[in-house]
Amino acid sequence: MGERTEKTIKKRKGLPQTFYAFKDGTAYTRLSFPFMGFGQIARGQIAKGLLYMLTETAFILYIIFFGGKYIAHLFSGDLGRQLAGERWNEQLQIFEKVRGDNSFLILLYGVMSIVIALLFIWLWSLNVKGSYENDVRIRKGEQVKSFREDVRLLLNERFYAPLLALPFVGLLIFTVMPLVFMVLIAFTNYNYAHMPPGKLFDWVGFANFRTLFSLSGGTSGFAFVFLRVLVWTFVWAFFATFTNYFLGLIIAMLIHKKGIRIKMLWRTLFVIAIAIPQFVTLLLMQKILDGDGILNKLLGTNILWLTDSRHLSLLPRVMIILVNIWIGVPYTLLMCSGILMNIPVDYYEAAKIDGANSVRIFMHITLPYMLHITTPYLITQFVGNINNFNVIWLLTGGGPVDNLHYGGGTQAQSTDLLVTWLYRLTTDQNPKYNVASVIGIVIFVISAVLSLITFNRTSAAKNEGAFQ
Amino acid sequence: MKKSSAKFRRGVSNTLVYALLATLGVLWVLPIVYLIYTAFRVTPTTGIINTLVPDNLRLGIGNFSRLFQETMFPKWLGNTIIVSVSSCVLTTLFILMVSYALSRLRFKLRKPIMNVLLVLGMFPGFMSMIAVYFILKAMGLTNSLLALVMVYSGSAALSYYICKGFFDTIPKAMEEAAILDGASQPIIFAKIILPLAKPIIVYTVLTSFIAPWCDFIFVNTIISDREKYTVSLGLYKMINAEKNSFNDNFTTFCAGAFVVGAIIVTLFMSMQRYYVEGVTSGAVKG
Repeated sequence: MGERTEKTIKKRKGLPQTFYAFKDGTAYTRLSFPFMGFGQIARGQIAKGLLYMLTETAFILYIIFFGGKYIAHLFSGDLGRQLAGERWNEQLQIFEKVRGDNSFLILLYGVMSIVIALLFIWLWSLNVKGSYENDVRIRKGEQVKSFREDVRLLLNERFYAPLLALPFVGLLIFTVMPLVFMVLIAFTNYNYAHMPPGKLFDWVGFANFRTLFSLSGGTSGFAFVFLRVLVWTFVWAFFATFTNYFLGLIIAMLIHKKGIRIKMLWRTLFVIAIAIPQFVTLLLMQKILDGDGILNKLLGTNILWLTDSRHLSLLPRVMIILVNIWIGVPYTLLMCSGILMNIPVDYYEAAKIDGANSVRIFMHITLPYMLHITTPYLITQFVGNINNFNVIWLLTGGGPVDNLHYGGGTQAQSTDLLVTWLYRLTTDQNPKYNVASVIGIVIFVISAVLSLITFNRTSAAKNEGAFQ
Repeated sequence: MKKSSAKFRRGVSNTLVYALLATLGVLWVLPIVYLIYTAFRVTPTTGIINTLVPDNLRLGIGNFSRLFQETMFPKWLGNTIIVSVSSCVLTTLFILMVSYALSRLRFKLRKPIMNVLLVLGMFPGFMSMIAVYFILKAMGLTNSLLALVMVYSGSAALSYYICKGFFDTIPKAMEEAAILDGASQPIIFAKIILPLAKPIIVYTVLTSFIAPWCDFIFVNTIISDREKYTVSLGLYKMINAEKNSFNDNFTTFCAGAFVVGAIIVTLFMSMQRYYVEGVTSGAVKG
């Protein structure tokens, strides 16, 4: 007991701290282990204590009537065995209806219940620590914090808590829970052959990862196709990002050039394209470039702009990148012209005095300056293009099908990016959610690595307080 | 002599630049002109050539009256406005709250939270779409506009980055004076920081307002009732639902696209200044 223990406790974090509180605390604190809010109510913090009690009651009811069986099922090692159907009851000599398991719901509600349980454990440890804090205060002869004091604290030193609470609840429900769920799916055999409630699915360990990465299938197996899709995803992201960037920069510089009049008009000409929702432009382009679309009719040709599968579908790939230029350049133009206006004029004047020509000025001043400022933007764009679903899906739908290289079972097509492939695997007639989840994890790892590296390397992250 | 030749050279190069800009400009404007023209075209007989290449040059507003009287477009427009207004209010609030906490306040978990948010944002939304659908179903919310609002604004916290970048640039001295005067954090947030953050607020409002007008994937998963469509899904289905939908509905589709485009243009024009300021201040900092 006493000051020293108190200090050791402060050093510990999380749950261990809670248990030290048990050792060092008074009976009130020990009682608030099983009965949340006890330590608060006994010390006159009625409102806080009642809230804790209410939380505990609600949680226990939830576990008994709903969550408990799903959590138990998650830890039982299988995702349900019992199919819905009828069973012969010997005693009553009748067929009884049996409510079957549903692997999908077991997994979903299981994840949900575990998240809720973790939240509860966190609140519970807050409750114990709160009670222990009361012990310490009383020991020192201070008064326990009043309700008003708590509120004041939340509005000042701990203002971040009320600010973050609501957004984080949204995040928990619509991002974290679905995400954990889908990651878990990657370790099951959830596909068209195992669709609950008709059929159940089960854990299969790393089997899906082996399917996707093992070379046994040859050129029509998953590994080979995966590699092709991956390579194309990167090629596409590279070209989509840099064509947009440099064309946008060049047009911005042309408009920015000395002596060019009505700059505003020129800029508007390009920027107006932003106004049309992307899917409209893309649908329009798709119809224009269609086999019997307007372009062929005007040219009197018969070119399959978006569906020619010869030469590894080269033509559709090029067309996609071209259309993407039309869509993307206005955005980069807008940004580049904003930055160009801010490049200090003295740089240029100094260069001119030194007799540098415009190409040298571009290579040694404008470009380095732009790249320096826009690197984070470029990386975000690159990651964004890796996941650029709309352009591919609306233009080619991932097609054309290329039987030679994209084997039947993989359902991949020649212009598929990882995301569109993932989408097809989940919405197809014969969905393969398990493989789709593995692909999702791969996409995630790629994007996360890329962005973590950049964001932690840019000076924006290093000295965020530089301008404060 | 030398001077005039330089002038001449610049004149030539400027002419070249004008020519280049004009060519590119035409390339960029042509599809839009075509779209607008089709929207105002007098409805032709069906068939791909007649649909895409007009046989006469008469203009009228027939497509618009068809759009508003024979399709559910007015209903969809209403839905979209409801969804985008509410999700934009929520999203903006969420983003401002999270960015303020992460930028101006200091607490133990700040850095870890920032990294976790960054990583969470990297998961492709499609991957969790089915799970989101079933979570909404468990809440009894599928096929409702509320579900859309929740999905659009639920993960708003993930896009805190640009706004936080902006808050980072506001001098600390601004609030220190207020703290000395005894102002509490909510007061500082509302009375000092928010008024300074006008460009970034406009930027956030604009981007979050426009998102529902362009998304059709999530709507397609969550909403199956035609009455509850948003404009994007409605228009998408208009020309993609059946084999002949394109030929039958192309001009009506263009009219719808024109209406949506006009709304977005008006918004952008009125807020352009702030938008550019917002993009360049938060997004691209070296």
